[in-house]
Amino acid sequence: MVELNVKDKSKNPIGGKIKSALFNNIVPILFIIICSLGFKFSGLPAAYVVNELVARLARNSFVVLALIIPVIAGMGMNFAIVLGAMAGQIAVVAVTHWGIVGVPGLLLIMVLTTPLAIIFGYMTGKLLNKTKGQEMVTSLMLGFFANGLYQLLFLFLIGTIIPMNNPVLVLSGGIGIKNTIDLAGTIKYAMDNMIKWNMFKTMAYGGAFTALCMFAYTGYKTVIEKNKIRLNSKPVITGIIFILISVMGFMSMGKKSPFVIVQVPVGTFVFITALCLFTTFIVKTKLGQQFRTVGQSMHIAEVSGINVNKIRLIAIVISTVLAGWGQIIFLQNLGTLNTYGSHEQVGMFAVASILIGGASVTKASIWHAIIGTLLFHTLFVVSPYAGKNLLGNAMVGEYFRVFVAYGVIGVSLGLHAWKNLVKKKK
Amino acid sequence: MNHGTILEMRNIEKDYFGNKVLKGVNLTVKPGEIHALLGENGAGKSTLMNILFGMPVIHTTGGFNGEVTFNGSPVALKSPREAMDIGIGMVHQEFMLIPGFTVTENIKLNREITKHNAVSRVLGDSMKSLNMTQMEKDARKALDTLGIGIDEWAKVAGLPVGYMQFVEIAREIDKQNIKLLVFDEPTAVLTESEADTLLQAMKKIADSGIAILFITHRLDEVMSVADNITILRDGELVAALKKEETNVTQLAELMVGRKIEKMAQRDHDLGDDSNIVLKIRNLEVEMPGEEVKGIDLDIRKGEIIGLGGLAGQGKIGIANGIMGLYPATGEVELSGRQIELNNPKASLTNGLAFVSEDRRGVGLLLDSSIELNIVITAMQMKEMFLKKLAFFEQADAKHIREHALKMIEDLDIRCRGPQQLTRRLSGGNQQKVCIARALTLSPNVLFVSEPTRGIDIGAKKLVLDLLVKLNKEMGMTIIMTSSELGELRSICDRIAIITEGKVEGILSPDDSDANFGLMMAGEYKKVHGKEAV
Repeated sequence: MVELNVKDKSKNPIGGKIKSALFNNIVPILFIIICSLGFKFSGLPAAYVVNELVARLARNSFVVLALIIPVIAGMGMNFAIVLGAMAGQIAVVAVTHWGIVGVPGLLLIMVLTTPLAIIFGYMTGKLLNKTKGQEMVTSLMLGFFANGLYQLLFLFLIGTIIPMNNPVLVLSGGIGIKNTIDLAGTIKYAMDNMIKWNMFKTMAYGGAFTALCMFAYTGYKTVIEKNKIRLNSKPVITGIIFILISVMGFMSMGKKSPFVIVQVPVGTFVFITALCLFTTFIVKTKLGQQFRTVGQSMHIAEVSGINVNKIRLIAIVISTVLAGWGQIIFLQNLGTLNTYGSHEQVGMFAVASILIGGASVTKASIWHAIIGTLLFHTLFVVSPYAGKNLLGNAMVGEYFRVFVAYGVIGVSLGLHAWKNLVKKKK
Repeated sequence: MNHGTILEMRNIEKDYFGNKVLKGVNLTVKPGEIHALLGENGAGKSTLMNILFGMPVIHTTGGFNGEVTFNGSPVALKSPREAMDIGIGMVHQEFMLIPGFTVTENIKLNREITKHNAVSRVLGDSMKSLNMTQMEKDARKALDTLGIGIDEWAKVAGLPVGYMQFVEIAREIDKQNIKLLVFDEPTAVLTESEADTLLQAMKKIADSGIAILFITHRLDEVMSVADNITILRDGELVAALKKEETNVTQLAELMVGRKIEKMAQRDHDLGDDSNIVLKIRNLEVEMPGEEVKGIDLDIRKGEIIGLGGLAGQGKIGIANGIMGLYPATGEVELSGRQIELNNPKASLTNGLAFVSEDRRGVGLLLDSSIELNIVITAMQMKEMFLKKLAFFEQADAKHIREHALKMIEDLDIRCRGPQQLTRRLSGGNQQKVCIARALTLSPNVLFVSEPTRGIDIGAKKLVLDLLVKLNKEMGMTIIMTSSELGELRSICDRIAIITEGKVEGILSPDDSDANFGLMMAGEYKKVHGKEAV
């Protein structure tokens, strides 16, 4: 065998490793610092903040996770998830009108959302295939444009072309849907309240279950598949960590602790976990490999016989459908539908979240989405109080909150650009 | 095998819009042999390969004449896909690798081995999961065949350039039905030891019965691995030789040899190094595809010096580097003054001017008038053709018009008038506008890159005559870069041949074909010993 002279690159001192780890995660680290400061100055009790975060994580992370697949397929941040959210809201209005409540109502909404979102996603994908290289701007503008059509539908077509005789939903003039729709009697908490445990119970059972899954997976890989090459220690370590969490949960159960108020909507989290598993799974399939190939180089993908346009279309359709479902989860937790406003910020907030988590327009993972959602909403929770305490005016904090939402997109994109610049110079 | 040949191409003729690029070429490749295909740029090698692969460019320009027989049966390939299906593989000159993927993933790109899982049984094949274990085994096997110790799970991004070539080759030989493998200048980017490994690997592949068509400029490699050699020149088959019957010098001569038309008779006074106007020391330029790796060159005042050499060897990079268009390091001294590199403005204000090889991209503002094109650089750099109105500077239309008309007359630019858009001009006249702009700067040294690329023969002569006229009448020093050796030999005083980013040697235009050929192939020093330096 002929060996070429290989330069030994593995010799990297630990200091250098830490440095590059800090450098690579500069965006989340910056926001962790800001969040900690905000928490300190807000003076809020930890239990309250944790409770808020758990609720908000359940409410928002699904939509954020919907962003991952287009990024893998090289299409950047899909601001057009707004269209998915609209599909979800159209279904919510329809099902509310028909008066189907509870879990059946929720399921029907999801079933109705899917074909709508597929159609919207298909059209978005077609457009984005015509504007390669400008996907982000196109999808952002498409969101604004679609909002116009959405308003046309709900403000004008309802009651004129589409007959709807429902004084609860329709404005008093008989044309157009009301500005806010109360979901309290229909689907509010339909998913959250399926199973609701307090924090320690969740930790105990959830941790035990996850650990069991991890060990079972490792066992399956080693015993059944006899996969001995490069045995992965990750699931084992994760399993051990979850055992510890589980033990902590059991020990704290029944004890008096302020954290007892923290309620976990287990059903919703199971659903979110399922999406995480689905995302992990799909990346490892033939289709996922095609996403990654297209994402890395459309040209090479084309040369090796991949239908690039089709793959990009599939990525956007999946993203749009997931966003539709995510919006339903969001609404059932919130309990009111702001007909003309609920969907507007979805794209912007989701993109801000995943970027704070350390994703970039070319790289995104599940952890980026989860950590980003946590950090973004920590800022949302603590900043009004921190503003009030520091400057004696809650409005300043409120202002800061809005400022943060848009500012982070700019800051994190800028930081990523700067990182690339530094890398290039090395 | 049928008739003992794997590929037979007979009487291949091809013309692009009446311009014959292949004039009845024959090529015969036997199974398990390494067949070298030699020729200068533009000799017709790539066209021949495009025909072999059924590239769309052939069919959209009216097809070709002649017959192709592959594996005993006549074929008419319509697309690269079909070529791949019948067992013809290509190792590309530029890498078709995805840096973020592992070696295995690249080798198995879109040919992944998959297995069923619960989801795929319901939703179809695209949901099948990847069988990484099997894929890695296959990749390992292909790499072992090549004799390369790369880890199959390493990311391509971190690999040295040389390895990437091997990954590319491994991908081809991993295909089950491969019978003929085309290597398009595979050693161009490799270091010497890497190239050796590659040649050994090629022999191994050939031993396993796969025929190899080896396109290269490096003659010593041809001599060390090839069994048979076919040489093309100007679209004609010059020779089909057995390796045993030939030697490096003969190959060089056959590759380059051509009648030199003296377009403008000049007395080639080589002069001496007493009057150096431009001194280049250790110049390195990072121009993708045309890297310059340390050039020392002295340009004498009032000469026309030619920079020749094969494509991709770095000759184009020299002018681009000195003019600050690509990142460069080293020292450039113009009449004793250092010139700041990486700063186009510094180069321009110091009396250097450049007529770019990329006429339509860098050279011209295609949608602006001829007169604006002529004066724009002078307006920006020297604040000529401007008049001041309080705080504003305005273009001096009258002055510009006068100058443009004079240039149009002097250089004989055929146009409807100074306001015509340059996009509508013919190639030769566009080139003259570029030269007019460079002249407006009244430079000390003029760089001209590929001045005759893409213009017809009559216009070529006019452009070359113009350069000679500028040199004779205005005493302008001209550094001319060109891929056409004949053209350099017709007007230059000296010709420096650039090979692998360095000056291989400086020749007089009257030197023998063999010397030019050897230098371009990088063999000159080996054959002639130290005297050449």
